[in-house]
Amino acid sequence: MLDKTLTVAQMAGRLRNGMTIGIGGWGARRKPMALVREILRSALKDLTVVSYGGPDVGMLCAAGKVAKLIFGFVSLDLIPLDPHFRAARQAGAFDVWEIDEGLLQWGLRAAAMRLPFLPSRVGMATDVMRFSKEVKTVRSPYDDGEELLAMPALRLDAALLHVTEADRRGNTVILSPDPFFDDLFARAAHETYVTCDRLVATDRICSTERARYNPFERSLVTAVAEVPYGAHPTASVPNYGIDVDHLENYSAAASTAGWQNYRARFIDLPDHASYLEAVGGTQRIQAIAAPVF
Amino acid sequence: MTETAYNLAELCICAAAEAWRSDGEVLATGITLIPRLAAGLARLTVNEELLLTDAECHLVAEPVPVGPRAAQPVIEGWMPYARTFDLLWGGRRHAMVAPTQIDRFGQSNISVVGPYARPKAALLGVRGFPGNSLHHPNSYFVPNHTVRTFVAGVVDMVCGAGYNPDRWPDAQPPRWLDLRLVVTDLAVLDFAGPGHRLRVRHLHPGVTFEQVQDNTGFPLARSEPLSTTPAPSERQLRLIREVLDPHEQRASVFKHRSA
Repeated sequence: MLDKTLTVAQMAGRLRNGMTIGIGGWGARRKPMALVREILRSALKDLTVVSYGGPDVGMLCAAGKVAKLIFGFVSLDLIPLDPHFRAARQAGAFDVWEIDEGLLQWGLRAAAMRLPFLPSRVGMATDVMRFSKEVKTVRSPYDDGEELLAMPALRLDAALLHVTEADRRGNTVILSPDPFFDDLFARAAHETYVTCDRLVATDRICSTERARYNPFERSLVTAVAEVPYGAHPTASVPNYGIDVDHLENYSAAASTAGWQNYRARFIDLPDHASYLEAVGGTQRIQAIAAPVF
Repeated sequence: MTETAYNLAELCICAAAEAWRSDGEVLATGITLIPRLAAGLARLTVNEELLLTDAECHLVAEPVPVGPRAAQPVIEGWMPYARTFDLLWGGRRHAMVAPTQIDRFGQSNISVVGPYARPKAALLGVRGFPGNSLHHPNSYFVPNHTVRTFVAGVVDMVCGAGYNPDRWPDAQPPRWLDLRLVVTDLAVLDFAGPGHRLRVRHLHPGVTFEQVQDNTGFPLARSEPLSTTPAPSERQLRLIREVLDPHEQRASVFKHRSA
């Protein structure tokens, strides 16, 4: 029987130094944080990270895991800026390739389609061109002759995603209101590691009503891990919302001592169950009110 | 008839709502509180065709009030980020955003302040500014009109493109580059001066042109005659106070000012 289940520790063990890793979700929403914490505990280093950045990026920056960041923003949503990312960025701690958030999905799409690039107007006439060593332009071969930005394919060694439910075979559903670009991360990646709030039987994963929430086919999925509340402190709606109180504590821990303390309390723990206990228990997470935008 | 009292936030919301008056059926996006309230006010007063979102991923039939609310908004459509890019690259949107820096070309910055390699302040990142600026009209809201926001020279990172021929491919103006209204705590401006120079259109009550110029890092044009920013109407004030912002979140926007 096809069974792709692994633990998050086993998933992290499959990653290698220097890899280009794409992380799904958006800001403080549906980030595979349990898997990110495994990476923080591991010896992995020199990662190139591609992300619609939230605390995933902030924590990887704070832990010194990032050699290069490919991003359009880093934000904790209701808390606009991530101080850990800011501190590392201001110290020049990693290389940056800063692109429009639309270009980021365009680059993933190019990789998904096995194209060298996709043309776009986005980024022309801005410093996205000037500050980037990567980006070149291309001229339209048609009568308009327009000079366009050639967004290179963002090929990923691995994509890390968190979804609502999955089965052992690698089928997934995302029930939260915005699937973001998880599908393109999976298609752009050589290997895709998926955590889910709940592992369900294959005959429960989809129905004709739910089939449209299946973001991509299981053949893209390398491995699956069941991690209840695995996106915490980011949201995995409808199961739980953004833990703003926790993110405020995380934000306040932006000094070296603060980060060491945060690490000791919430990262350097024996297992996910200890983490859930440390953040106040599952009842507390379930009781978090939905944020009001 | 006595004049109704109003505050600076309410004046700015009403002035900013004018940005969407003649846009037709486009997505109105207001980023940060005053632009968001202004988009909602525009939808309720000057342009009923506007599309609005709930600031998450749904289109809503009526503006969503800010802060805690009893009623769920009527959702009329879905607008996840993927669709937002499809929509905005097609041009049917007008955003009002709040850049950290703006220069004489209208180029805008929300990424970093200071040298790019080791910035003094790392902010959000370019977000969608590059794509927005080349695909649909954009307006700006600036709560603190100073030489630190309206900078001399060029912004530290050009996130949103502007009227700067040095940056344009083939020295041609990007076809859909269209910078519209600029609402600040001092004045209402636009890019309709000679050669798209930033032009003062209205002064807020009690503000002089010289004061606006002194707080701007480059020379401004002025429209003639230079009128005072229109005062909010009774109806506008009622909609802001009772419908759009019943918890008075707008009171926090200009806390840095004494008046």
